[in-house]
Amino acid sequence: MSFIIAFIWSFVLWLVLTAGTRGMLWSAEELIAGIIFASIVAFSTRNIIGEKTTRFLNPLRWFGFVVYAMGPLFWGMVKANLDVAYRVITGKIKPGIVKVPVDLENDAQYTILSNSITLTPGTLTIDACPEEKALYVHWIHVTEEEPKTSEIVAGSFEKWARRLGK
Amino acid sequence: MIEIIIYAFLAVSVTFNILGSLSLHRFSDVYTRLHGATKCTTFGTIFVVFAVVLHSIWQLRETNNPKYLQMALHSIVALIALMLTNPTGAHAIAKAAHLSGYKPAKAVIDAYERKIRGEAQ
Repeated sequence: MSFIIAFIWSFVLWLVLTAGTRGMLWSAEELIAGIIFASIVAFSTRNIIGEKTTRFLNPLRWFGFVVYAMGPLFWGMVKANLDVAYRVITGKIKPGIVKVPVDLENDAQYTILSNSITLTPGTLTIDACPEEKALYVHWIHVTEEEPKTSEIVAGSFEKWARRLGK
Repeated sequence: MIEIIIYAFLAVSVTFNILGSLSLHRFSDVYTRLHGATKCTTFGTIFVVFAVVLHSIWQLRETNNPKYLQMALHSIVALIALMLTNPTGAHAIAKAAHLSGYKPAKAVIDAYERKIRGEAQ
């Protein structure tokens, strides 16, 4: 099963990278080469990518990712970048590493949340501890030394991560 | 009109890239420098990609040349790769720096240090 998933994703990536070789579509040579290389990649990674990979084929989940990236994540990046720009110019910083308690279940949710936190400047995930249900976040301007929820660091990201990583 | 929007995107991206580079001089330790150096530049690069995509879609409509389709798609793939690898890299650098003993300068709180100490005892 994981062979098929890896094959589909590598082939889709190949199609995206080679679009426009005949008119707006693909020439036959590119398609054949794509099948060969996607098979090689899928065969060599079939034991690495894990068991629960069928969830990555759900189109609703991909729609959710696109909405998340364009809506809350992008808006968070805009706000946070303006904030860091202000701190670069004025030099007003109050750095510190805080422990942020989170309520997530699996690794995919931790990955999504900590990557989102790192992408928004001003916060930088240093370590994730699923056994303590906590993230350690370097914060450039600490306003609360022991936050009770991830709301103050990550806004609505935790809710999104829980839904997308299910 | 489209040209003005493209120039506006480029201006935003250059501004944030300059601020990111400036933060290397302004800030004092590895963590705060990482904030500026990795993330302001990501935001700048996102706007470069927006400008490229907008330009190529515009040219695609004008000339119908498939090379502009390739240009737009390749830029979007590059953007996705950047948004996946950039936070991972920043996290790896920060964790490695902390584990090899670079403590955050002028920190008001260091909960991670407390955790490592607690495990060592």
